[in-house]
Amino acid sequence: MTTLTGAAPAAVIPGRIGPATALRHTMTLAWRSLVQIKHNPMELLDLSVQPIMFLLLFTYVFGGAISGSTSEYLQFSLPGLVVQNMLFATLTTAIGLSTDITKGVFDRLRSLPIARSAPLAGRIVADTLKQVWAFALFVGLGAVLGFRIHTGVAGVVGALALLLGFALAMSWLSVLIGLTASEPEKVQIIAFSVMMPLTFTSNAFVPTKTLPEWLQRWVEVNPVTHLADAVRGLLSGGPVASHATISLIWAVAIALVFAPLSLRAFRSRG
Amino acid sequence: MRYAVQAEGLVKHYGETRALDGVDLVVPEGRLLGVLGPNGAGKTTAVRILATLLRPDAGHATVGGFDVTKEAHKVRSLIGLTGQYAAVDETLTGVENLVMIGRLLGLTRAQSKGRAGELLSRFDLSDAGGRAAKTYSGGMRRRLDLAASLVGRPQVLFLDEPTTGLDPRSRTDLWDVVRGLMADGVTVLLTTQYLQEADELADDIVVFDHGRVIASGTSDELKATTGAQVLQVRPVNGGHLDIVADVMADIIGDRPDLTGGQATVNVKDLTVVPAIVRRLDDLGVVAAELSLRKSSLDEVFLALTGHRAEDEPAVEAVKEEVPA
Repeated sequence: MTTLTGAAPAAVIPGRIGPATALRHTMTLAWRSLVQIKHNPMELLDLSVQPIMFLLLFTYVFGGAISGSTSEYLQFSLPGLVVQNMLFATLTTAIGLSTDITKGVFDRLRSLPIARSAPLAGRIVADTLKQVWAFALFVGLGAVLGFRIHTGVAGVVGALALLLGFALAMSWLSVLIGLTASEPEKVQIIAFSVMMPLTFTSNAFVPTKTLPEWLQRWVEVNPVTHLADAVRGLLSGGPVASHATISLIWAVAIALVFAPLSLRAFRSRG
Repeated sequence: MRYAVQAEGLVKHYGETRALDGVDLVVPEGRLLGVLGPNGAGKTTAVRILATLLRPDAGHATVGGFDVTKEAHKVRSLIGLTGQYAAVDETLTGVENLVMIGRLLGLTRAQSKGRAGELLSRFDLSDAGGRAAKTYSGGMRRRLDLAASLVGRPQVLFLDEPTTGLDPRSRTDLWDVVRGLMADGVTVLLTTQYLQEADELADDIVVFDHGRVIASGTSDELKATTGAQVLQVRPVNGGHLDIVADVMADIIGDRPDLTGGQATVNVKDLTVVPAIVRRLDDLGVVAAELSLRKSSLDEVFLALTGHRAEDEPAVEAVKEEVPA
C-alpha cells in the first residue's frame, strides 16, 4: 500500500509567498476555471449564445425601425452590444465565486498554503480570457453580417483594452456580489435587475436624442454611453478621447468604491 | 506528551449567539480526538478556527506549534481539511481536482499526476478518475474530498463530520481509511454526531454542547462518568413485566423503563442485583434474559446534556447517494 501521509514536509516552512509563486497559484486556478471548457465545449457555447442571439435579434428586429436599415443599425449597435455583453460577463466572476463558497471549494482553497489573492485573481484572469473570446466573436460575426471596421488593428486593440480595463474595475463589484450573495441564483437576479436598466438607459441601442429629456440627462452621464461611444470611435472612427477618458474615470471610481468593500468582505470571511 | 493541536479559551460570537463559549482542547501527536456533539454545538466553528478559516474573538490556538492566526500560512502547510460538504469542484474530473491541488502545493505536473493516481487508487476511485465529479455518488465525492485533503501529506487532519449523510457501508469504508491514516501516524481531529463513530475511532473524546466542552476523556472514562451500569431484565412471561418493575422500584428506588418487553434501569450499587434476583425467584418470575452492562455513549450523552444526540439522518443518506 502506498503511504498516504507521514513523509515529513519540507524542513523549512516558508512564512510568506513571493510574487512569482502567487502568480503561479493564480494561473493554476485560472486553468481550473478554463479546463472545464476542454471537456465540456457546451460551456463555450453558453458564453457565445447571448452575443449571437442579441446581435441577430437587434440587427434584424430593431434595425429597420430604429435606423431605417439593418446594415446602418448594425454599425451603430454592435459597439453597444459589445459593451452590454462585457458588463453581463463580469458577473460570471460573481457566480463562480458564489458557487465555490456554497460548495465549500472556497474554504478548501483558503485552507491551502497559497497566496490569499489567488482564488480571486485566478477567477478574474479566466473571466478576462472569456471576455476576449466574446469580443472576438462579436467582431467576427459582426463582420460576416456587414459590420465594417474603419480604423484598423490599433483601433480594435484599443477597444478591447478599454473594455477589459472597465471589466476589471467592474470585477470588484462582481467579487463583492459573489462574496455576499447567499447563493448563485441570487447573483443572477441581481445581475438582471442592475445590468438591464443600466445598459438600456444609455445610447448603446438607440440615439440619445430619441429619448425623453429627463432620461437624456442620465444617459449622458451613464458610463455605458461613454463606453459605447468610445468603442464606436475606436472601431468605426469618430471622437474617442473624451469618451474614453470619461469611461476610465468611471472605471477608477468604481474600483475605488468597490475594491475596499470587496476586500473587507473577503477578509471578514476569515 | 507533545500536542499537535492545542486550543485555549476559544470564543466566537455570531451576533447574539455564542457559537463557541470558551473551548479548551488538546490533541496529542498521532492520536485521534473525537469531538462529539449535536448540530449547532460549535464543532464546525472550532474546526474552522483551527484550520485558519475563521478568527476567534478570544482565546488562542496552535497547530504543530504554530499560532493559527499569527502564523496561519505555516499552519496551512501542515493541515488537511475535509469539510461536512464535499468540497470538490464538480465540473472537474477526479484527477483534475487532485492535480489542481498538487500544482497549488508546488508539485510539478508529473508529480501531481502521480500523486493523484496514488490517491485515487487508494480510495477506489481509479475507474472514475476521468469523470466529472458531479457524476459521483455521495460516498465517492466524500472519498475524493478526503483524497484532496491528503495531497499535501498533512501531519494534522481535520475531518468535519466526514460521514454525515453517508450510507452505513460508505461510513464503515471511511472508518477503515481513517484507521489507515492513524497507522501512518497522522494526528486527526474528527467531529461527529454519531456516538458509535466516536466510540469506534477516537482515542479521546470531548463532548460539545452549546459551544462548551461539557465532558472529556476516553470512551471508557466517559461511560464511567455517569457512575452507573445498566441492568436489564426480560421476564419469560410478558405479563410479569409489572411485577419486575415493582421489585426494581422497591429495591433501587427508581422506576425502570419498560420499552421493548424488558425492564431497564441504572444501578449504582451492584449489591442490589442479587437482591432483585432473589425477590423475583420468591415471586416465581423467571427471567429469560438478565444483563448488567456499562452505559452506552448514547446514555452518557443523555446524562450529560439532558437531551439525546441526533438521530441518524437515514432519509438524507438515501438522498445523497443518488448521483446528481
